[in-house]
Amino acid sequence: MRKLETKRTFLTSFLSGLTSFTKRVRGVFANFLRNLASLRKRGSAGWMTLIGSVIVSSIVIMTLISPWVAPSDPTAAPPVIDNPLRAPPSWDFPMGTNKLGQDMLSRVLCGGAVMLQVAVLSVFFCFLIGVPIGLFASYTGGMLDKVCSLVMDSFYAFPGLVLAIAIAAMMGRGVVNMALAIAVVYIPSYFRVVRSQVLTIKELPYTEAAQAAGAKGRTILLRYILPNVVPSIVVVATVNFADAILTAAGLTFIGLGVGIDVPDWGWDLTKGFELLPSGAWWVITFPGIMIILLALGFTLIGEGLSELLNPRLEQ
Amino acid sequence: MISLPLLEIDSLTVDYRTRRGNVRAVNSVSFTLEKGETLGLVGESGSGKSTLGLSVIRLVPPPGVIVNGHIRIDGTDILSFSEEEMRSIRGEKVAFVFQDPMTSLNPVKKVGAHFIELIRTHEPNVSEREALERVEKALKDVGILTERINDYPHQFSGGMRQRIMIALAIALNPDLVIADEPTTALDVIVQAKILDLLKSLRDTYGMALILITHDLSIVLERCDKIIVMYAGNLVEYASSMELHRNPRHPYTQGLLQSIPNVELAEQKLEAIPGSPPNLLIPPKGCHFWPRCSYAQKKCRVEEPSIIESSSGHFVRCFREAHNPERSRKR
Repeated sequence: MRKLETKRTFLTSFLSGLTSFTKRVRGVFANFLRNLASLRKRGSAGWMTLIGSVIVSSIVIMTLISPWVAPSDPTAAPPVIDNPLRAPPSWDFPMGTNKLGQDMLSRVLCGGAVMLQVAVLSVFFCFLIGVPIGLFASYTGGMLDKVCSLVMDSFYAFPGLVLAIAIAAMMGRGVVNMALAIAVVYIPSYFRVVRSQVLTIKELPYTEAAQAAGAKGRTILLRYILPNVVPSIVVVATVNFADAILTAAGLTFIGLGVGIDVPDWGWDLTKGFELLPSGAWWVITFPGIMIILLALGFTLIGEGLSELLNPRLEQ
Repeated sequence: MISLPLLEIDSLTVDYRTRRGNVRAVNSVSFTLEKGETLGLVGESGSGKSTLGLSVIRLVPPPGVIVNGHIRIDGTDILSFSEEEMRSIRGEKVAFVFQDPMTSLNPVKKVGAHFIELIRTHEPNVSEREALERVEKALKDVGILTERINDYPHQFSGGMRQRIMIALAIALNPDLVIADEPTTALDVIVQAKILDLLKSLRDTYGMALILITHDLSIVLERCDKIIVMYAGNLVEYASSMELHRNPRHPYTQGLLQSIPNVELAEQKLEAIPGSPPNLLIPPKGCHFWPRCSYAQKKCRVEEPSIIESSSGHFVRCFREAHNPERSRKR
């Protein structure tokens, strides 16, 4: 009996927590939209960020709802479907069909998922590894800082795409592996940005003042240095997003992406490339445009934010 | 019962071990500070006054090292303290106000959050409400409206930010506040207001105050005692009255002569010729001799020691040793 009661109270508290959570999420979302709208008043950097955000969020939304809006199954192969092969754009197939007769519109609508996942995951890995190492090593200084800088710089000196190809080939196919391969390439950029910022902020009077007020090293690192580093990291992250998408496309293009059973713009590039001599321009063009758009969106956000978040320009 | 002095500095020596050599920033300085006293620490840039101030909370920036001497707070030598023990001294017993208010507050934190963090660091058991009450009181003390508690530092002017820094310094009711050139970055009118605020807070709360500055005129009227430093050495130490009436060291005399006087219609301001020495290669003998108009042969070879020229008035100069005025006074 008592057990049931506790269960019920747990359930009600869980439900109330859930409703308050959704309310909060809604609040945050509304706030986000309001902030986004207010970007228009912030000059060209604001416009850049706004346009970039609109592009990226519409592609994200498109990818999220694509399973319900795609006119046909983007991965179904010939015995199941009976479409004309390599058909040019027409009323039935607005973006044409590919070698297997698959509807390119459906493939374009659904094909962003892999790329977005890879980009988000790789940025997440970079954050998880690059930022703490950068923070800790450069705050501690001394030998640790020197060693970390040396390792990171040697990674940085390596051509990014070649390194990503090597790592992806080593680890095999899959979204996570691709993200890891891209992350390894980008961690040094995070490390360098974080390090240069930490070295500056470490010497600023407010960290000195915090020290003089008896704050612990951990407090200074997490409450004084980290929040002031975040704007720079965000800028690197958006640039990283854009590059991750292009690198993911590149990896897929040379066959190190995910399997053929998943719709992916990168994969369509490969297939479309093979078809180009036959004159079927539509197979490669539409996925290519999507990749460019997505990368452009992230680049715009990055460029805009780097100007908006620069406190010197703000004041 | 003999009450111990609040702060006792005994032949403190601080070196900066730079790549190009050893720089002695503070050379065997000794003085004591009683509870509730105000002390002015005067000197040019590079005279070691800030280093002296920072060494009281053991935060001399690297490559600075405290080489020798003792710093006693309430009779206990803090040089033997662990880092953990030092943290409980900083902010709670000895608070520091820095020079540049524009960058001394964390730009991403609201003003109130600075206080809450400070209070929570030192007294983890304080409830949120009590902490807030104390923040409001501290802000009221320095004349900042309490409704601005949720504003960010960039929303305040330089003078207001320095007020906030002072409020932060007194928030935990320390026994000693060290203000390192608290008004250098501010304009003259705000400067006077900030200094008066410091003084009135000192009168209200009875804490001791060390005012570090390069402006002798500021401390003359506001401090009980004054230390004049030159090139790492304490050159003169006296009550401000005595120092004003009867400066003994040529450097102090030079400083006093360079203060303009409004009452004299025509007055030639005397500047001290030359510039402070490079402490990597300090001059032999008395550090001041290259700029001193009384310099003799002896000054160039031998370092003068500190002489008590009259009761409570210490001077580091050979002229005191055979000073007729001094023998008359005694």
